[in-house]
Amino acid sequence: MAAENHDGAGARCVLDEQEITRALRRMAGEIAERNRGAAGVALVGVRRGGVPLAYRLRALLREAEQLDVPVGAVDITLYRDDAATALPAPHIGRSDIHFPVEDHVIVLVDDVLFTGRTTRAAIDAIMDYGRPRAIQLAALIDRGHRELPIHADYVGKAVETRRDERVDVRLDQEGAADAVLVSVAR
Amino acid sequence: MTSPLRHLLGIEELSARDIVQFLDTSEVFFDVSRRRVRKVPTLRGKTVINLFYEASTRTRTSFEVAGKRLSADVINLSVSASSVSKGESLLDTVKNLEAMHPDVIVVRHASSGAAHFIARHTRAAVVNAGDGTHEHPTQALLDAFTIRRAKGRLADLVVTIAGDIAHSRVARSNAILLRRLGAQVRFCAPRTLMPVGVETYGVEVFDDLGRAVEGADVVMMLRIQRERLTEALIPSTREYARTFGLNARILERAKPDAIVMHPGPMNRGVEIDSDVADSPRSVILDQVEAGVAVRMGVLYLLAAEAGQSPLS
Repeated sequence: MAAENHDGAGARCVLDEQEITRALRRMAGEIAERNRGAAGVALVGVRRGGVPLAYRLRALLREAEQLDVPVGAVDITLYRDDAATALPAPHIGRSDIHFPVEDHVIVLVDDVLFTGRTTRAAIDAIMDYGRPRAIQLAALIDRGHRELPIHADYVGKAVETRRDERVDVRLDQEGAADAVLVSVAR
Repeated sequence: MTSPLRHLLGIEELSARDIVQFLDTSEVFFDVSRRRVRKVPTLRGKTVINLFYEASTRTRTSFEVAGKRLSADVINLSVSASSVSKGESLLDTVKNLEAMHPDVIVVRHASSGAAHFIARHTRAAVVNAGDGTHEHPTQALLDAFTIRRAKGRLADLVVTIAGDIAHSRVARSNAILLRRLGAQVRFCAPRTLMPVGVETYGVEVFDDLGRAVEGADVVMMLRIQRERLTEALIPSTREYARTFGLNARILERAKPDAIVMHPGPMNRGVEIDSDVADSPRSVILDQVEAGVAVRMGVLYLLAAEAGQSPLS
């Protein structure tokens, strides 16, 4: 386990840029191993944090398996278990799944796995596109505190957090290295 | 939305930003209607009442489908307009509906201002589905949605609206919306079918369809209501078709990629020729598809608010 560095006011870095890349490369390897290659696999990022990770995993799968797998995105706003009471009406992103769900093992990709409610909503959303062969879950960070019986098949790093802490996955931000930061929510 | 909207009573009350948010939200629901499962669980447990004082199968059905695709419970109430003393009975109806705790009331009424009246007496969100000659905001939104999908934008487009403008809430709501988003609007009708005070609408006024269509990006034809004949506002349907009906020859004067719209139901051979209505340039059926998406967007944005605010 890498040493946890401190970054600024109370935020601790739990993964740096290199560690993120290594974790994703290992996850891509595990996806290919478990599914006996990349054929038939499709990656679906959970908006918004999961989408760039899905594209990175595709690039890593291409390196390892010489195959481009389809990538989609799913927005869970309409499937939230608090959709009818959440205020104000949240902005809805578009779901883009342009391949037949039926023929694929879908790997849902999210940045942080927390209560599991987002994953539950994402599974429901995907099922409304069709009946996939299987759905697997990949999360860069598993921070615990599950409220539903959901677990990840591929985890970048399991991080112990307090419920009131924030986990920020910083990717592709101008002038800043990729990192995963844990801080106290204000 | 900057200040969340409680009701959708007219386009007049909406800012350009509000309109764009309605259109953008509706894009998401347009996708939902093309999926294998054309339904999302978002409004489970919410109740939508369609209160129609005027017969309108297509608008009512469109709202009904929209509500069902959001998993709301949809109740259709058609009230005969012949019931006694209207103001009183409308208030009584609203009080009765209020006791059923609806989240959204969709209302169509022959009197301008009916939706506003109901909004003052209910906790539910109210959607105006057409009130007299006043407004028909969801029609204007679905028209704008259709135009935006076909043309990629609304700003700087030339939109010609032709037909019975005087009695058309569709023309009114469309003119307000299109101008607010930067389009150029033209009205074309015989003088007897042009509203009083049309100068204040900020539109160009024509009484010659050919000239009104010249260089247009969008040509929107409105239904000519046969009862106007008995009011002697037009000489005969044949005469009207000859001077104000859209045919292929007149459409040639519009831009080569111009689209043709009609809110329905059409009088083929009167305000629009069949070969135009069925041509590849016609987006009339796209308007129907857009209608469901836009009404889903409207119900979604309003129902999230409904039941939260106190009676104002």
